[in-house]
Amino acid sequence: MSEQTELDKTESMAPPPPTRRIRRSTRASRWAIAPGVVGLVVLAYLPYLVSPNSTTTLVDFFILLTLGMTWNLLAGYAGLVSVGQQAYIGVGAYAVLWLAQHGLEPFVALPVAAVFCAVVAMPLSWLVFRLRGGYFAIGTWVVAEVLSLLTIRDSSLGGGTGTNLPGLDGFDPVVLGAYTYWAALSVAVLTLIACYVVLRSRVGLALTAVRDDERAARAVGVLVPRAKRIVYLIAALGGGGAGALLAISQLNVQPNNVYGVQWSAYMIFVVLIGGIGTLEGPIIGTIVFFTLQQTLANQGAWYLIILGSLAVFMAVWIRQGLWGPLDRWGLRLFPVGYRVLGARSERT
Amino acid sequence: MIWINAIVQGLLLGGLFALFACGLSLLFGVLGIINLAHGDLAVLGAYVAVALLPSVHSNALWALLFVPPMFAIFGYVSQRTLLQRSMDSGPLTTLLVTFGLSVVLQNALQEGFSADSHSLSVGSLVTKAFHPDSSISISYLRLGILVAAVIILVAVQLFLGGTSTGRQIRALSDDVEAASIVGINTRHVAGIAAGIAFLTVAIAGLADGMYAQFAPTSGSQLLLFGFEAVIIGGLGSLWGTLLGGCVLGLAQTIGAQVDPTIGVLVAHLVFLAILAVRPSGLMPAAVEA
Amino acid sequence: MTEVLLDAQDVTVRHGQLVALHEVCLHVAPGEVFAVVGANGAGKSTLLRTLAGLHPTPGRISFDGEDVTTESAHGRVRRGIVMVPEGRRLFRSLSVEENIRIGQVNARPGSWDVAACYDLFAWMGKRRHERVSHLSGGEQQQVAIARALVANPRLLLLDEISLGLAPVIVQQIYRVLPTLLEQGISILLVEQDVAQALRVANRFQCLLEGRTTLQGTSADYTAQDVEAAYFGFASKDAS
Repeated sequence: MSEQTELDKTESMAPPPPTRRIRRSTRASRWAIAPGVVGLVVLAYLPYLVSPNSTTTLVDFFILLTLGMTWNLLAGYAGLVSVGQQAYIGVGAYAVLWLAQHGLEPFVALPVAAVFCAVVAMPLSWLVFRLRGGYFAIGTWVVAEVLSLLTIRDSSLGGGTGTNLPGLDGFDPVVLGAYTYWAALSVAVLTLIACYVVLRSRVGLALTAVRDDERAARAVGVLVPRAKRIVYLIAALGGGGAGALLAISQLNVQPNNVYGVQWSAYMIFVVLIGGIGTLEGPIIGTIVFFTLQQTLANQGAWYLIILGSLAVFMAVWIRQGLWGPLDRWGLRLFPVGYRVLGARSERT
Repeated sequence: MIWINAIVQGLLLGGLFALFACGLSLLFGVLGIINLAHGDLAVLGAYVAVALLPSVHSNALWALLFVPPMFAIFGYVSQRTLLQRSMDSGPLTTLLVTFGLSVVLQNALQEGFSADSHSLSVGSLVTKAFHPDSSISISYLRLGILVAAVIILVAVQLFLGGTSTGRQIRALSDDVEAASIVGINTRHVAGIAAGIAFLTVAIAGLADGMYAQFAPTSGSQLLLFGFEAVIIGGLGSLWGTLLGGCVLGLAQTIGAQVDPTIGVLVAHLVFLAILAVRPSGLMPAAVEA
Repeated sequence: MTEVLLDAQDVTVRHGQLVALHEVCLHVAPGEVFAVVGANGAGKSTLLRTLAGLHPTPGRISFDGEDVTTESAHGRVRRGIVMVPEGRRLFRSLSVEENIRIGQVNARPGSWDVAACYDLFAWMGKRRHERVSHLSGGEQQQVAIARALVANPRLLLLDEISLGLAPVIVQQIYRVLPTLLEQGISILLVEQDVAQALRVANRFQCLLEGRTTLQGTSADYTAQDVEAAYFGFASKDAS
């Protein structure tokens, strides 16, 4: 009896356990908010500040950035290494073409085309998810090829040689350039927001588990197929948006261009160089890609040889890409991780 | 009778696909490497022949003497250096590395040889054929390729089944760690397996070059068909690869008989259909984990 | 001090942040049976695998006076260190005889060959062309031992050879050990079954969470001492 009282006394004398709080943001991410907003405003104003040539180049930049971010989501978080995303670039471009041919204004057709790609992606996901690893990759590539071959059969869409995009002839070229630029900026920003939202959500946590160990994730009840499908659909949306932008910015849709596997190559290079599995990575990667492309613009395909070799080098020797080491040290501009305050700090 | 001819042509085409896929099957079955650069390696073989043959009119059959051995060495060295390192990093990495290499190869070939098509001359052999029936034409070249494919598949099977090195390769594909503790020099044996795979892809590339025109970007199409053949046939089975190649060849030629523009499309659709119904393939030797 | 065949000093192995072994030392004399015991996860298999060459380690491993710390696994086989791994790890696509033959690829010269194995394990010769997946656990274990023997080892590393086998079968397998000793093979074995290990071993070592808690001959310690070291009840003055 007396023993119990002793214990009660000891308990009441002990200090209360420290409360644990969970914080999502890091110091760097809080610091990044202000410059981020300013940067965004500057980007939005760009057509008023620089020449139309520059904005055209930036359109290509945003297209690649969008693609890089979606591929990073697919491969870096869901473990889905696809070399067939060009399927949705193609479908997106041709959807805009078809809609424009039937009277819909191309800029309005853009979101419609993106959604259409997501719709197409649903049954396709069922098909390709039957494969794993490298065979999944091949499967996605074959799907892209089949879509390309099917599209070519329709001569009203231009057949094998392609055709021009109607519906934008009434625009003044500079104004068209500006609208295209803003459309591209919006697509990129929306994709970034979508990736950010997904990663911050429970799906994002599920994906991190899948990335680390798929079987273990399943074993603890993570709905792995659902998480993967969500990511696949988002990637299709992004690809469709990028394809639509391609059609609008080039005013022309050609199957070899929009359905080409080189897009997969570009996406992969961007992500490998910048850093797979981080949100900041694709941004860095796209910047490096573009810088190299612009610098070596007159040397034919050399920039691709260099980029390819660099990507291979990174994949083997610097697996986390350029941003990776910074991410390791906790530098995160996008608050998608978790930090437990009041305990020894551990990061996801 | 034209349909019989389509079937015959399909089987002959299947020989080429199987020959090409043999190396893929070996690299994947033994080393777990998905080699997305395989098609470009075949095309590289053809271009090496173009570069080294004394003149455009030389008979490319001579290339069979020196290109495959060069590639065997190239394969061994690639495995011991780059591929082994990326294997150590994981399967995802190997996929990305070979994809990157594919792009580098294609663009390097384009820089070196221009984007124009080439072909390898075999003199009059390219048109010689025999005709069992008025509508059936069996080209000696294509028949030769089919025969070569079968011979090579048989040779590889015999090698794997009957020689000490072959046994070591099989042991390696079963369990890399156990292989090293029983005394197998796993890196060396992996190099030999890669060397054999590269040897076969060189032969396939030369065959393809004799058979049709090729350009720096031809590798992609060949790669897709090669992987489709391996997947249709079932992972881990060399005979399945031959079967898969023939199924694809038949799909392509019969499809083309119906409508000349849909041959390739039909082949891909057949692949997707088989994938939907039986992802493990028609003759799987191993159950995929 | 008798001549030492295997001498391991400060063996340390990390798996990521987990320390599997911390500065473990042991030595095996020629002609003796040395047992390493401990609970699941204590580090016994990791120790054996490190000695076989599968894990790198700072510290020093010397065999017959020569430094083998950085020697590859297949190189160690050539020197005479051969492991029978946990779980048998036979090659599924090879037959019984092919599995045994494969052990010869880097063998030392010596008297062990396939025929000698068929003498040792009477049933094996008749079933040599069968697939190993058709064999029982005990039979597979014997094939695994045969595969190691044909390399003519000087030191045989046996990793949990009783795992998953019925006691009768385990006895059958352990009965083979004296024959091996007579032929000059020293044995380092890992066992979860402490009683079994102490029955056959000259000397033993107990591991707990990667550290040595007890070392010596079975005569030196009581069952209680061993139990305490196995489970970690003893005070941590041995590390």
